Amino acid sequence: MTFAMLKIAAAGPEILVLVGTCAILMVDVFRSPREGGSTLAYWLTLLLLLAGGVLTVLGFGQNAGLALNGYFLKDSLGDLLKVFIYLATFVTFVYSREYLRERGLLKGEFFVLGLFSMLGMLVLVSAGSFLTIFLGLELLSLPLYAMVAFDRDSAVASEAAMKYFVMGAIATGMLLYGMSMLYGATGSLDLAQVSAAVHQVVAGHADQQQLVLVFGTVFVVVGVAFKLGAVPFHMWLPDVYQGSPTPVTLFLSAAPKLAAFAMLMRLLMGALEPLVGQWQQMIAVLAVLSMVVGNVVAISQTNIKRMLGYSAIAHVGFLFLGMMASEPQGYSAALFYMITYSMMSLGSLGMVLLLSRAGFEAERVEDFKGLNERSPWFAAMMAIIMLSMAGAPPFIGFWAKWEVLRAVVFAGQVWLAILAVFFSIIGAWYYLRVVWFMYFEKARDVTPLVPTVGMGAMISVNGLALLCLGVFPGSLMAVCLMVLSR
Amino acid sequence: MISLSHFLVLGALLFSISVAGIFLNRKNVIILLMSIELMLLAVNMNFVAFSHYLGDTAGQVFVFFILTVAAAESAIGLAILVVMFRNRNTINVDDLDSLNG
Repeated sequence: MTFAMLKIAAAGPEILVLVGTCAILMVDVFRSPREGGSTLAYWLTLLLLLAGGVLTVLGFGQNAGLALNGYFLKDSLGDLLKVFIYLATFVTFVYSREYLRERGLLKGEFFVLGLFSMLGMLVLVSAGSFLTIFLGLELLSLPLYAMVAFDRDSAVASEAAMKYFVMGAIATGMLLYGMSMLYGATGSLDLAQVSAAVHQVVAGHADQQQLVLVFGTVFVVVGVAFKLGAVPFHMWLPDVYQGSPTPVTLFLSAAPKLAAFAMLMRLLMGALEPLVGQWQQMIAVLAVLSMVVGNVVAISQTNIKRMLGYSAIAHVGFLFLGMMASEPQGYSAALFYMITYSMMSLGSLGMVLLLSRAGFEAERVEDFKGLNERSPWFAAMMAIIMLSMAGAPPFIGFWAKWEVLRAVVFAGQVWLAILAVFFSIIGAWYYLRVVWFMYFEKARDVTPLVPTVGMGAMISVNGLALLCLGVFPGSLMAVCLMVLSR
Repeated sequence: MISLSHFLVLGALLFSISVAGIFLNRKNVIILLMSIELMLLAVNMNFVAFSHYLGDTAGQVFVFFILTVAAAESAIGLAILVVMFRNRNTINVDDLDSLNG
């Protein structure tokens, strides 16, 4: 265990985020409280995110391999996901500022908790061992529980926080139980060594050991499914989406999903690839159930945050379909899907924040009625986001679905692809209802929409990015495929 | 002689008790928190047993991390519980039903 084995440079951006977050915490503590809230903490946070993001981009694909004595794995898949995690967190904070300020919630704690949670995501993305997966996951989740309860006087928020906490803890317990079984069967916590041991067990037909491995895999898959909110482990997700303050919903709908996807990849593609035949079936069941329940139940929702919660469940179904197809195409389709979904999710909940103002939450789908009369530009942005989520060409959501379906058909599961198309068409209904409300219904509330410059610009960039990437999807797809080809 | 399987059965029993405690309990949120602790302890039992019989200390190191994180987790759980009690004047699991649709 020499110093050279540590390769600290590989974890440079993470160390910067850790130090920076502690510094922001201290700056905020020692600054006298102000009228308008902690704008200093806000700007420092954005600066830190920018610095971390730039550092990650500059080090893209360099220093690849294991670092920190094998606990930290730096590869281009991780780097790509990290760049999008920085981006999603950045966009979340920009969207949230005005909402938090109007409600007296613009405190340094919000940003510090968000940054710590993001640090957990970064660690999780780079996990090289069960230990780092566990620590990253907990560092991701614990600040999130606190953020859901951030509005201390809200009864629904505290209920949502309690539900999220209990379900998250169960997920952790399941995951750990699975990990303990895998540790017992393979004798190592290191993902690479676990993978080698699993290879041996499968090749050597050691039936009893394989049984223990499959047993552990079931628990691991259940744990990850809980975290991602796949049916039948989704009960918490709509409640948490609805009950949390909207900025927190926005935060937990995008960046943690990318990290949870990385966890799925590290565990299933990294450590348990030889057992692909076993976990494929489990994931196929989760995928189909998620698409059915998510799309059908979303139709009857009147609260837009809850509707987007069910839509998140349906999207996780699609993600699992891509994972199930395995092979580089399937994994890269799932990666592409996750990245585009996080962008769409940011946009949709960003629009909810844009419509809200002091003393008014634009939580009902009906609040979008007549948006075109109030602001044609933002109505167009919302229309782009909704059509993209529904999977209509030429928006990016179409290509995401297309790639997944192509991988599924190549994997020979034509009936699954047909099912997925069928439920996407059902799902399109509730997205199009929002578009219908915006353009063809009379506005009840005719207050002009005056977003701050930063927020308006960011929403516009977000919406236009969905359109531009939809017209030219090739480069992002190529990057997704490149980071997964070994 | 106590063999590995005895420990694994004990771990599985503790785990089942905790899961049953979470899903059957309709009274009190504090019992939920206790069940969650028990769940993590069942996992610890597994890790220590495997670690001993494999002659590999990594499992025991993992247990220390789980214990530490479990402490942090219950601190946050209790904090959320206090906030919830202040807002709703109840910690009954059945009363957690204002969110649905």
